[in-house]
Amino acid sequence: MYEHDVIVVGAGGAGLRAAIAAHEEGADVALVSKLHPVRSHTGAAEGGINAALRDGDDWTDHAYDTMKGSDYLGDAPAIETLCETSPEEVIQLEHWGMPFSREDDGRVSQRPFGGLSFPRTTYAGAETGHHLLHTMYEQVVKRGIKVYDEFYVMDLAVTDEPDPEDRECHGCVAYDIKSGDVVGFEATNGVVLATGGDGQAFDHTTNAVANTGDGPAMAYRAGAPVEDMEFVQFHPTTLPSTGVLISEGVRGEGGILYNAEGERFMFEGGYANNAGELASRDVVSRAELTEVNEGRGVEDEYVYLDMRHLGEERITDRLENILHLAEDFEGVDGLTEPMPVKPGQHYHMGGIETNEHGETCVSGLYAAGECACVSVHGSNRLGGNALPELIVFGARAGYHAAGRDYGEALVETGPSVAIEHEDDLGAPVEPGALGPADEDVAADGGEAAPDGGELLNPSATVERTAERCRQRVEELKSREGRNHAEIRQKLQKAMTRWVNVFREEEGLKKALEVIKECREEYRNVAVSDPSSTYNTDLIHTIETRNLIDVAETMTLSALARNEFRGAHWRKEHQKRKDDEWLKHTMVQWSDGSPEIYYTDVILEGAEKAYEPKVRSY
Amino acid sequence: MSTQVTEQETETEEQSSHQRRRLEEKAERAASRDRMRERAENDLDEADTTFTLKVFRYDPEIPEKEEPRFDTFEVPFTKGMTVLDSLMYARDHYDSSLTFRHSCRQAVCGSDALFVNGTQHLGCKTQVVDLGDDGGVPGEIRVEPLPHQEVVKDLVVDMEHFYDQMEAVEPYFDADELPDGMEEQRQTRENREKIKMSSRCIWCGACMSSCNVAAGNNEYLGPAAINKAYKFAMDEREGENRKQERLEIIEQEHGVWRCQTQFSCTEVCPKDIPLTEHIQELKREAVKNNLKFW
Ligand SMILES: Cc1cc2nc3c(=O)[nH]c(=O)nc-3n(C[C@H](O)[C@H](O)[C@H](O)COP(=O)(O)OP(=O)(O)OC[C@H]3O[C@@H](n4cnc5c(N)ncnc54)[C@H](O)[C@@H]3O)c2cc1C
Ligand code: SF4
Ligand code: FES
Repeated sequence: MYEHDVIVVGAGGAGLRAAIAAHEEGADVALVSKLHPVRSHTGAAEGGINAALRDGDDWTDHAYDTMKGSDYLGDAPAIETLCETSPEEVIQLEHWGMPFSREDDGRVSQRPFGGLSFPRTTYAGAETGHHLLHTMYEQVVKRGIKVYDEFYVMDLAVTDEPDPEDRECHGCVAYDIKSGDVVGFEATNGVVLATGGDGQAFDHTTNAVANTGDGPAMAYRAGAPVEDMEFVQFHPTTLPSTGVLISEGVRGEGGILYNAEGERFMFEGGYANNAGELASRDVVSRAELTEVNEGRGVEDEYVYLDMRHLGEERITDRLENILHLAEDFEGVDGLTEPMPVKPGQHYHMGGIETNEHGETCVSGLYAAGECACVSVHGSNRLGGNALPELIVFGARAGYHAAGRDYGEALVETGPSVAIEHEDDLGAPVEPGALGPADEDVAADGGEAAPDGGELLNPSATVERTAERCRQRVEELKSREGRNHAEIRQKLQKAMTRWVNVFREEEGLKKALEVIKECREEYRNVAVSDPSSTYNTDLIHTIETRNLIDVAETMTLSALARNEFRGAHWRKEHQKRKDDEWLKHTMVQWSDGSPEIYYTDVILEGAEKAYEPKVRSY
Repeated sequence: MSTQVTEQETETEEQSSHQRRRLEEKAERAASRDRMRERAENDLDEADTTFTLKVFRYDPEIPEKEEPRFDTFEVPFTKGMTVLDSLMYARDHYDSSLTFRHSCRQAVCGSDALFVNGTQHLGCKTQVVDLGDDGGVPGEIRVEPLPHQEVVKDLVVDMEHFYDQMEAVEPYFDADELPDGMEEQRQTRENREKIKMSSRCIWCGACMSSCNVAAGNNEYLGPAAINKAYKFAMDEREGENRKQERLEIIEQEHGVWRCQTQFSCTEVCPKDIPLTEHIQELKREAVKNNLKFW
């Protein structure tokens, strides 16, 4: 068993920032990551980082834009913390040597981005995320922070009091991918989850193969609620064969979308008569899918994004990286052919419920980055607002876990702040665990001990979890059964079909039925590779279970929310309903059964109160 | 007496239910495998073109794989298919133990540098059709782990040595002095442009694996690490003192002077970093620097 003051799970932007912060605060901190840090998906971000740095700009304007973008489902204290702190965090990155693009006077450049009232998106070429990730990893190396890379965290070691708000997290358990050993990690101060996105719940995504929602699934099963899981952002221009993102830049420069009949449908189809191709991500995504669904898609699957008319000079000057992307990942020459594109899952606004210090309702358990929901993005994230979230809340979680006192949080967490419980969801099947006997699919973080929950000391709690994980690995490897890939594909297909850009009651119910089938099939899952050396079959099998849990919370929340807000479109409910729905959707795993309840949105900030307005641009 | 009978009975009952369970599991697995195969067969039937993927296999723990061998998989070609896609196809349809690193699928995470048809390539960035003649689908693609690195299993190599060499050049920004508070360090556009290419490295290890010098001398820093040093040494924000220290590091016995300008690293780098040029420039810097202190 390893022991550290603070354990950070995940080494992307959020995890690295948390580790550096904890180290600065004097803690003995370790990073535990299934990928080597520089392999994390933060490296894929292209666009930039929003920060009010310049004269004429003010963080309160950034806060206003963010609240509007969230469609009034962000919490004001969290949004204000984000926008007020982002400038100092960006300057911190600059001081750590991040190679930002520069102005003539040598200061860092900023550019305009969708939904922002000021050009405040700080960037480093078309590789902002790559530089952010590498710059911070360099600082981790400089500080000699311990990194356990290629260690897959399987579970959290959490005590088992009946009320999650009484529970305590004492560490986690990881599978050493190279050796096959299952090892306990005891954290004397806290565990910070920074496991990133969960796009693999869908079969078409800009997310990496490793983005499997492990953090949210583990926290959820340990009793921490997940928040606003129905809000998933789909990006309208991704390459069909891989999901690689073609940035808004192409449309910004004048790229045009055509359907199979050669119509410029954004205008001709009346989807966005003013903004056309430049309408917001959700509008363009829905337009594309409508075209495809109505038979005007190319090969019934995608539409064309054409930039040929911009001319070779302009394209190679401004959009050179796009040419490479289309060529390398789709085999298409953007200079002579239109590029095929379709909507793909891109970002998850929802996640593990935390307050603005990164704390969940389970004491000692923190979350930051895309896996968390503080909530700053509400129902829709603005481009360039995820990277600041990583560094602002990554740092705060790290400092707080290491002992820094931030005073009382304004955002409250845990089931005790529920304002209302959902008891009329009308789910067609009973969601959640199939029964206490299904060790593999049931809660294994927060269950009451058979003897009624005696108090174990922290190391014993970690050891108990480790033992259970060892058994699970043994069982998965020794038994015969179904291959996980089959179940994963079935789940991904169902999510893309029914919990995608368009959502209807019938479809969401269908999805819940398929998810239930996946759970049943997963009961018989087995790993056919018996090796303990680099067994990716085993890792992927465990990930698939996490995807099932995470997908179910998304679908339940989507079925619950009877309105159209931000990224969440409901066929039967075409309006934003502020009277009824200015509230967060929470799902909490309670003895294996998902409890849905709601909490208040906080529109009252320290600076001002935000009045819900129509989100139009 | 009677209790004994009951115990025995329960035992046999338990046993038979256990056996039944095993049999069910076995059947489940066979069915699962059949379904995957069947889907592959369907795909193969429907595909206009297929090709053979020949993959290196090795696992020190598994008797049949202790001796390295090649396995072949028939893969249906789809437009835009990359080498990584084809490996994933083979794993998900034929053999779930087929092991390789991958994550981003877009040439940013540096996980899947592989030896494809005898050259270092990123699997995700290599179109299958680029390996055939004249843009056609090749009959066969051979995929092996990166040469000159220890194989852990199948296509996975041990990257520790590569990481050690990266760390040896003190790969972190470390300015002589920093402005206060919210003040930024200034950097000219020219200077940012100068370090731009060097800053694109994704730590894939392709360059190191292609380098004959590194293959023969385990202590040679190698192109990626030297390029990393270049990025900092050329960054005007760090200052002269730090640059001095950096030049000392790359000038040591196993540093820049080992490079024999064979350009193999530059040829394979998936991020098009002019590695050899950077190494040459550092050599010149080092010479200039030594003259200064002469
Ligand atoms: C293509 C693309 C472009 C984007 N562009 C922008 C942009 O321009 N601006 C912007 O603001 N945002 C952008 N985003 C969003 C943003 O990049 C992500 O939300 C953010 O990088 C996520 O960072 P993270 O640190 O939370 O997670 P990640 O960087 O994904 O890191 C997750 C880490 O967790 C580890 N991990 C996961 N599970 C486990 C486990 N079980 N055990 C151990 N370790 C584990 C992984 O190894 C990894 O180190 C973009 C996203 C994508 C996909
Ligand atoms: S220099 Fe190029 S080849 Fe070498 S590790 Fe970096 S990206 Fe890979
Ligand atoms: S999968 Fe990330 S570089 Fe190829």
